[in-house]
Amino acid sequence: MNIVVCVKFVPDSTADQAFESDNTVDRVGVPGLLSELDEYAVEQALQLKEKNEAPDSVTVTALSVGPEGAADAIRKALQMGADAGVHVVDDAIAGSDALATSKVLAAAIKKVGDVDVIVCGMASTDGGMSVVPAMLAERLDLPQVTFASVIESQGNQFRIKRDGDIATEVIGAVAPLVLSVTDQTGEARYPSFKGIMAAKKKPLESYSLADLGVDAGEVGLSAAWTAVDSTEARPPRTAGTIVTDEDGSGAKALTEFLASKKFI
Amino acid sequence: MTEILVLVDHLEGAVRKPTYELLAIAKRLGTPSAVFIGGADKADAAVAAVTKFGAEKVYVVDDAEIKGYLVAPKAEALQQIAAQASPGAILISSSAEGKEIAGRLAVKLDSGLITDAVDVQVDGGSPVTTQSVFAGNFTVQAKVTQGTPIITVKPNAAAPEEVAGAGTVENVTVTISDSAKKAQVVASQPRQSSGRPELTEAAIVVSGGRGTGGDFSEVEGLADSLGAAVGASRAAVDSGWVPHTFQIGQTGKTVSPQLYIAAGISGAIQHRAGMQTSKTIIAINKDEEAPIFELVDFGVVGDLKSVLPAASSAITASKG
Ligand SMILES: Cc1cc2nc3c(=O)[nH]c(=O)nc-3n(C[C@H](O)[C@H](O)[C@H](O)COP(=O)(O)OP(=O)(O)OC[C@H]3O[C@@H](n4cnc5c(N)ncnc54)[C@H](O)[C@@H]3O)c2cc1C
Ligand SMILES: Nc1ncnc2c1ncn2[C@@H]1O[C@H](COP(=O)(O)O)[C@@H](O)[C@H]1O
Repeated sequence: MNIVVCVKFVPDSTADQAFESDNTVDRVGVPGLLSELDEYAVEQALQLKEKNEAPDSVTVTALSVGPEGAADAIRKALQMGADAGVHVVDDAIAGSDALATSKVLAAAIKKVGDVDVIVCGMASTDGGMSVVPAMLAERLDLPQVTFASVIESQGNQFRIKRDGDIATEVIGAVAPLVLSVTDQTGEARYPSFKGIMAAKKKPLESYSLADLGVDAGEVGLSAAWTAVDSTEARPPRTAGTIVTDEDGSGAKALTEFLASKKFI
Repeated sequence: MTEILVLVDHLEGAVRKPTYELLAIAKRLGTPSAVFIGGADKADAAVAAVTKFGAEKVYVVDDAEIKGYLVAPKAEALQQIAAQASPGAILISSSAEGKEIAGRLAVKLDSGLITDAVDVQVDGGSPVTTQSVFAGNFTVQAKVTQGTPIITVKPNAAAPEEVAGAGTVENVTVTISDSAKKAQVVASQPRQSSGRPELTEAAIVVSGGRGTGGDFSEVEGLADSLGAAVGASRAAVDSGWVPHTFQIGQTGKTVSPQLYIAAGISGAIQHRAGMQTSKTIIAINKDEEAPIFELVDFGVVGDLKSVLPAASSAITASKG
């Protein structure tokens, strides 16, 4: 079985995120890392391998489309236990929208070969559109089962659980398929010392657009089908009033505040 | 005027409020046409509802054959209607399902996609969207530059307008490919209704965190005195105190109500991501150093176990 896990290199969300002068996300000035939400995808990919009847016959490939630094995200996945890495890096990719990203990812997945399961995170922590998995499924003509909180599989049969607003659903599908997993699937493992050492010997291939047969004119900022006209930092909130509760004074002040704002 | 397609978000024919908001936005952009994909026996009620809120035309797709097959068939249906109508834009609710339909549709139509718009205005005839990004720290204005603009819109992005449209029904027969029917809902456990407003649509949200210690009764009491929805931090959800659908934040829901009250929540960045754009923010926390206080318009340093019940009774009393 071949599993590809899509991992994105994103600006650290605890650092100050910013935009470049061309309104693209600053991916250089802000430190980057493997998207926290994609760690859950790596974890589930590894568990699929470990729960397989013949784990050694399962290959987990971590795939990332992104700048030079994205190799770090792939390396982290290798340290966690993925078997191989694929990094698509090309200057022409900078500024790609989800449509172009999904096109490059789909081409890279085809290059990996007969893939049975593609595991994605629920959203990237920077763009956060949650649409790449659906777009990938569309491009590869595969079913998608997304926002899984529990994944079960038997051979090529998959069952996932997901918590919707209206209902909790069980969804069934047969591989090949695209999965996306939420942070409800369970904590992602930390790389062990052994894992970190082993990762150094694992294959990490790097491809350009030409290697994948993708026309550079179809991706990147100039080919994006959406254009950002302006970005604006949210004005800082003006400091609020803070009171300390003493013998019920807090509730009283709170009620007065609500009344002054016409909420009651 | 060009047609603007609005995908009707409904539960067994009961149209959900965000659809009316989309119709109001569609009116700014052109002539609103609703697309109802659902049971034939539920169509009449849905048609009546969307007509009341301005749909000039309603495309009705009987879903007997595709029910339970998730998003791929809906994207195919929309593609076929779009081919016939050549719409000026396609508007879809920004739910998980809505965004996935939009994602597939964008690939099919070779069109640009904008998700999670909090506002849509018109500039030179084409839609300009406002989005809130990076945990609500930035707002971004964007346009679709290729194909038919596909836009998913968050709840509360516009006020519904109750001005009736013509509501001309057009029954459409769509052809759904076999490959669109490969993922299927095999079991579904409907969620119990709490009787409180929907979290993402509510004007007031009261949320509880780890500081509740597992007892949400004080949070619920305050919510009910204000007619509010109840939310939670991930810590409260992970502890199993409330269902995941209550979670607010990066991996939960984003809310932007008139008033947000956080009780026993520290204000981690991932939580802020889901509530930072609320108009007025109030926090109740024992710890005066809690980061949530950086965001608030009003804060009480104190024990929620005493502050919330006292506030609830005062509010209830003030209503007489
Ligand atoms: C990938 C990822 C995604 C995440 N997504 C989300 C998300 O979507 N939403 C989310 O909320 N979190 C999310 N988190 C978790 C987040 O980082 C915090 O851990 C979480 O928000 C903390 O919840 P809390 O504020 O309830 O708990 P704590 O941080 O433990 O805070 C509890 C607060 O309650 C106060 N308190 C205690 N007792 C009382 C009392 N009697 N009266 C008043 N105050 C009291 C304490 O002073 C403290 O400030 C995510 C984390 C990760 C890594
Ligand atoms: N550039 C990328 N490289 C690899 N995987 C990606 C990339 N962009 C998105 N993904 C995958 O798609 C998921 C959803 O991303 P998004 O649609 O951007 O929110 C992520 O969690 C990743 O698994």
